[in-house]
Amino acid sequence: MSTRTKGSGATWVGRAIRRLEDPALVRGQGRFTADLPAAHWVRFVRSPVAAGRIAKIEAPKGALVITSADLQGVTPILPMLHKFAYKPVGQPILADGVVRFVGEPVAAAVAASKEEAEDVADEVALSIDETDPVVDTRAALAPGAPQVQAEAPGNVILEGQIKTPDFDAAWAGAHKLVSIEARSRRQNATPIEARAGHASYDASTGRVTLTCTTQMPHVTRTAIADVLGMPESDLRIIAPDVGGGFGQKMSLASEYVLLVWLARKLKSSVAWTEDRRENLIASFHSRDQAIALAGAFDRNAKLIALKADVVANVGAYSCFPTTCGVEPLMAMAELPGPYDFRHYQCRARGVITNTCTMAPYRGVSRPVITFALERLMDKAAAVFGLEPVELRRRNLIDTFPYTSAAGLVFDEASYKETLETAALAIDVAGFRARQKQERAKRRYHGIGFAAFSERTGYGSPAFAARGMAITPGWEAVIVSVDPSGFVEARIGSSPHGQGLRTTLAQIIADEVGVTPDKVAVVHGDTDRAPYGWGTFASRSLVISGGAALIAARKVRAKLIKIAGLMLEAAPSDIVLQNGEARIAGTDRAMPIAQLAREAYTQTHRFNGEIEPGLTETGHYDPPGTFSNACHAAIVEVDIETGRVTVERYLVAEDAGRIINPMIADGQVHGGVAQGIGNALLEEIVYDENGAPLTATLADYLPPTAREIPPIELHHRETPSTNSITKAKGLGEGGGIGAPAAVINAINDALSPFGVEIDEMPATPQRIRAALRVKEQMA
Amino acid sequence: MSEKINITLNINSRAHAIAVEPRRTLADAIREDCGQTGTHIGCEHGICGACTVLLDGEPVRACLMFAVQAAGKYIRTVEGLADGDKLHPIQQAFMDHHGLQCGFCTPGFLMLAVGVLEREPDIADEDLLDVLSSNLCRCTGYQNIVKAVRAAAKEMRGK
Repeated sequence: MSTRTKGSGATWVGRAIRRLEDPALVRGQGRFTADLPAAHWVRFVRSPVAAGRIAKIEAPKGALVITSADLQGVTPILPMLHKFAYKPVGQPILADGVVRFVGEPVAAAVAASKEEAEDVADEVALSIDETDPVVDTRAALAPGAPQVQAEAPGNVILEGQIKTPDFDAAWAGAHKLVSIEARSRRQNATPIEARAGHASYDASTGRVTLTCTTQMPHVTRTAIADVLGMPESDLRIIAPDVGGGFGQKMSLASEYVLLVWLARKLKSSVAWTEDRRENLIASFHSRDQAIALAGAFDRNAKLIALKADVVANVGAYSCFPTTCGVEPLMAMAELPGPYDFRHYQCRARGVITNTCTMAPYRGVSRPVITFALERLMDKAAAVFGLEPVELRRRNLIDTFPYTSAAGLVFDEASYKETLETAALAIDVAGFRARQKQERAKRRYHGIGFAAFSERTGYGSPAFAARGMAITPGWEAVIVSVDPSGFVEARIGSSPHGQGLRTTLAQIIADEVGVTPDKVAVVHGDTDRAPYGWGTFASRSLVISGGAALIAARKVRAKLIKIAGLMLEAAPSDIVLQNGEARIAGTDRAMPIAQLAREAYTQTHRFNGEIEPGLTETGHYDPPGTFSNACHAAIVEVDIETGRVTVERYLVAEDAGRIINPMIADGQVHGGVAQGIGNALLEEIVYDENGAPLTATLADYLPPTAREIPPIELHHRETPSTNSITKAKGLGEGGGIGAPAAVINAINDALSPFGVEIDEMPATPQRIRAALRVKEQMA
Repeated sequence: MSEKINITLNINSRAHAIAVEPRRTLADAIREDCGQTGTHIGCEHGICGACTVLLDGEPVRACLMFAVQAAGKYIRTVEGLADGDKLHPIQQAFMDHHGLQCGFCTPGFLMLAVGVLEREPDIADEDLLDVLSSNLCRCTGYQNIVKAVRAAAKEMRGK
C-alpha cells in the first residue's frame, strides 16, 4: 500500500482501495454465527395454521420443550409509536394461547444436536382450534372481519393523514387528472445467510453472550434486557460476520430472546440456526402495499397536486424497534418524491392480518412509492403525448433547499442533471427508431425511467418526527492510537457487507496521517463498541463516517500538540504525513508511532498541558440528506410467454462525495439486482387460508447472474452541506429505482396492446393474463 | 437418533476420521465434525449453492449429499485454495474486483468457479454466465463476480 496521504497532496478518501474485510472472507476465515459449537440446540415448533387457539402442546416424554407457560415474568415485545393513532400490540416470545400466522413460534424443543432437536420438535403433539384467518387487507378491512389483535379494532393498527391547505381548490382547478392503482406484492429480503443465534452463559459472572445475525447489536441488548427484566450489563451482544441483512436483521427476533432465557436457565450454551423455510415464512416480510394515486396536472403537464391512499398489509405483529408504521408512514412522508408541487393529500393505513410480520427491507416503502409515482408520471406523459423524459424535465425540482409538499427539506442535489445524463446515455431517439423497426417484426421492446430521491443519513430529529418510542439517529466513534502506533476505531454502527471497515479507515487515515491498513475498525460487540444504532437506512457512512471524522480530527489535533512540544515548534508548523509529524519545510520529524507512545509513557513532559493517552470520541447526529438518481432500463417482452429480458440497465446517480468508488459501485449494483428481482420475480404468496406457498428458493426467486444485465453507472458528486464528510448514503438507492424503471419499460413495450401492468412483480403470468384479456376482447 | 458410522473424509489432503449418523449431510460433516466452517449453508435445498465444494474435482452441493457418500472421495473446500500466504488466483481476483460484500456466498462461488475453470479454462463468456447462475448472491448483483471470474480465468490460462 502506498503511503501517500493528505499531507502529500493525495488523500485516501476518494480512492478505490481494496477492502480490508476481504482477506479473511476469501479464505473462508470469516466468522459467522452458525460456525459456533453449542451444548444445546433449539428447534422451534411453529404454528401450522394462520389463526387459532392453542388447545394442547404435549412434549414427548423426557424431552425439554419450552412453551409460553414456562416464560413467567417475560414480557411481550412491545414496539411503540406515540403518533398516528398507533395501537400498541405486543408480541409474546412464544405464542400465548393464540396463534396469528403460519410459522409463529409456539414452542422450543431443546436437545444436544440440531438433528435431535428436530426429532423432538416433530414429536411435539400440537393441537390448535382453528379460527377464520384474514389474509389480505380487503378481508381485514371488511365490516365484521375477524379481529387479529384485540387492541386494533377493525384491524387498523395505525392511520396517518396529511392534507395541505387549499388542496381542494387546487384539485378542482386541474386541467387533467391521471390516476393509478399500484400494487406491490409481499417480498422477503432473503439474505443468503438466514438468521442464527448462539447464547452462552458465563458461570463466574452470570453474564450471557448472545452472538447473532443482527444489524443493531446495542438495540438488541436493550430490548432483550427489557423483555427479560435483566440488567443490560449482564448481556453482551456480538454481531460477528453477518451474511447480508438488507433490513431483515434489524428487527428484534423473538427467537433471540428465548435463547438468552434458555442460556440463563440451563447455565450453558444454546444455539439456533434458522433454516430457509423458516426464513421465508417466519422471518420478516415487506413491501406489501396497495397505493391508489392520482395526480392533478395543469395545461403544461406540470403536476400541481397529488392525492394518495396507502394501505399496507403489515402482518400479525409490529416489528421492534421501528414498528410496522415504517412502510405506510414512510410512504406518506416521501410519496411526493423529487417533484415540484405544492398540494398534497394522503391517507396511510397499516392493516393487521394473519400473515408474517412486515419489517424494513432495503429501500423501505420507497421502491413501492417510486414505482407508483413513476408509473403515474409515465401515464401522464402518455395523456399529454410527451416523452416520459420531457414530462419529468418539466416537474423535477431544481432549486435548493426545497421544502416538499409533505414538509421534507431537500438539500442540494441533481435531479434534472441525472435525468439528462440517463436520457443522453441511453439514447432515447435512437431507441425509439429501433423500437419501431422491431415492432414491425413483432418484437416488443420498451424503455423505462425512474427518477427519485433517497433520504439518507438522517439523525434523531427525523426519527423523532415519526413519534418512535425508541428514537435512533446519532452515532459515536472512539478513535484511539495505541502505544505501538496502531489506530483503532470503535464504532456503534454494525456493517455486514457494506465495506465500512475500509471506508472509515480511509476517512481516519487522512486525518491521522497513517495508511488505512494501520486503522482497525471494531464493530459488532457491545463490550467493545460504544452504544450506537447499527447499520440500516443508508446511514452508516454518513453518520458513523461523520463521527469518525470528528474523533479523528481531535486525535490529529492532539498529535500535533504533542509533536509541537517534542519538536519544539508551533503546532501550526506541524504536518502529519506518511506516518510522521514533520515541521513543514524542514527535515525535522518524529514518527507518529513515537508520538503515540509518548502520549502514554512520557506524560511527565507535557507540563500538565496535555491529557494523557490518545483516545478521542466523536458524536454525530445530522439532519439528513438526499441522494438522488435516475435509472433507465430497456427490456424486451416476449408476448407469447410473458418473459421479460432486461437488455440494458443504466444508473445516473449522485450520492455526494464518494469515499471509495469501488465500494460505492458495488452498493448500487447490488441494489439494482434486488430491484430487478423485486420487479420481475420475487413474491411471497399465501393461499386463501393464510398458508405460505413460497417456502423454498425454488418458489421465492431471487435473481441469478442470468437475469441481471451489465449495469452501467454514471456518477455525479453534489457535496452535501448536511454531512460533514460531504458524503450522502447510497445503500438503498439501487433497489429504489429499479422496480419503477423496469416496469415502466415493460409498459412501454406493451403499449401497442393497450395493456397496463401496475403490479410488482410483473411476472410472466401477470403479463400473459393482461394480454389474454385484450386478446379475448379483440 | 440412529447409530453412527465411522468414515474418513479427505478434505484438502487431510484425513478426518469421524463418526456420523447416516443422515448427516456432507455440509454439516465438513463444518461441524471436521471443523472446516468456511463452507457455508444457505438453503439446504441445493438451490443457493453457498455450500458448493469440489468432490473429485466436480462442484457439488454439500447440503444434498450425505457425508457417508463422500467417504473415499477427494474433497476440496475454500480453506484449501490458498497456498500458504499465496492466494489462489480466484481469491485474488475476487478481492481485486470487489466480487464479494458480506462474504457469505463467496466460498461457494469460489469453489464453483475453480471447478469449472480447471475443467474448462477457455470457457466462453456466455457459458460461464450459465455456470455462475448456479449459485445465488444477494449483495453484488453479480457484476463483479462475473468480472472476477473472467479475470481469474485469464490468469489461470496464463500459467
